[in-house]
Amino acid sequence: MLQAIGSYLAMGGYAVFVWPAYAVAFVVLGGLALYCRHRYRRSTRSLETLQRQLGPRR
Amino acid sequence: MIERFANPARFMRLSATILPWCGWATLGLLAVGLYLALVASPPDYQQGEAVRIMYVHVPAAWLALSVYLLMAVASGTALVARHPLADIAAQSAAPIGAAFTFICLVSGSLWGRPMWGTWWVWDARLTSVLVLFFLYLGYIALVNGFDDPARGAKAGSVLALVGVVNLPIIKFSVDWWNTLHQPASVLRLGAPTIALSMLVPLLVMAAAFWLLFATLLMIRMRTALNERKALALRLNRAPRARPGRTAPVAAGPEASPAVRPALR
Repeated sequence: MLQAIGSYLAMGGYAVFVWPAYAVAFVVLGGLALYCRHRYRRSTRSLETLQRQLGPRR
Repeated sequence: MIERFANPARFMRLSATILPWCGWATLGLLAVGLYLALVASPPDYQQGEAVRIMYVHVPAAWLALSVYLLMAVASGTALVARHPLADIAAQSAAPIGAAFTFICLVSGSLWGRPMWGTWWVWDARLTSVLVLFFLYLGYIALVNGFDDPARGAKAGSVLALVGVVNLPIIKFSVDWWNTLHQPASVLRLGAPTIALSMLVPLLVMAAAFWLLFATLLMIRMRTALNERKALALRLNRAPRARPGRTAPVAAGPEASPAVRPALR
């Protein structure tokens, strides 16, 4: 069992090339997604606060 | 039809409905795609397990090109038709395209080392993709480099349109020049020259990347529209807060460049 996992992770000797390629994609895209979501939520919150302050006219 | 969807208010309503579906579909397709790419697909008879890098590298490259094309079309629309959403779409797409290009370059380098024996060669394909990456960065820098956002958007649009020349160079570089890079095996005239057991995971990963792009683009466009609306509200409120003043600061002519894009 452990051996099977080990040989899978070894990727036929290409582990040092395969895993970093996936890791870079994961980190870059995941980071971008989290950053975009964070900015989106902040902009929504500040717009709602602003609209509340301005009252029901708008 | 474009007129109907290019209305910011309608875009906000429509994207609010689509966004959650897009997000969950992205995660689902990514899970399936990663399983197919890392577990279910066979090793290559020449490249062994290193071929699995393809399932990241090729979709990232497709997206890098497609996002740039989309950005250029949006920029052209912004320059010619002055649609309120066109600039926002182009500016929102740029960092996502740059991210995909970066992933394409890094994964390609990691694939080139074991297969070609080198991390990098200055041949036509690799160099033109590096130029694409710099075009993205240049566009982002140019758009944000002006005090007047409208002027920055215009300069960026021109750069994006000029940079389109690079797209056919990238696409056909493998046919026009001698290179280490292999020629197209999926997007070519005639049938793909890739086995079905590898084509399916490749297409699933590509679909997942496309959906991810659509999700991020909508999130970023909604963010930009929120920020513009907030800016407009702040600027409109300023004169009313001080009724005694004859020349309210925010309504002066020096504030107009900032107000214009927000109200457009």
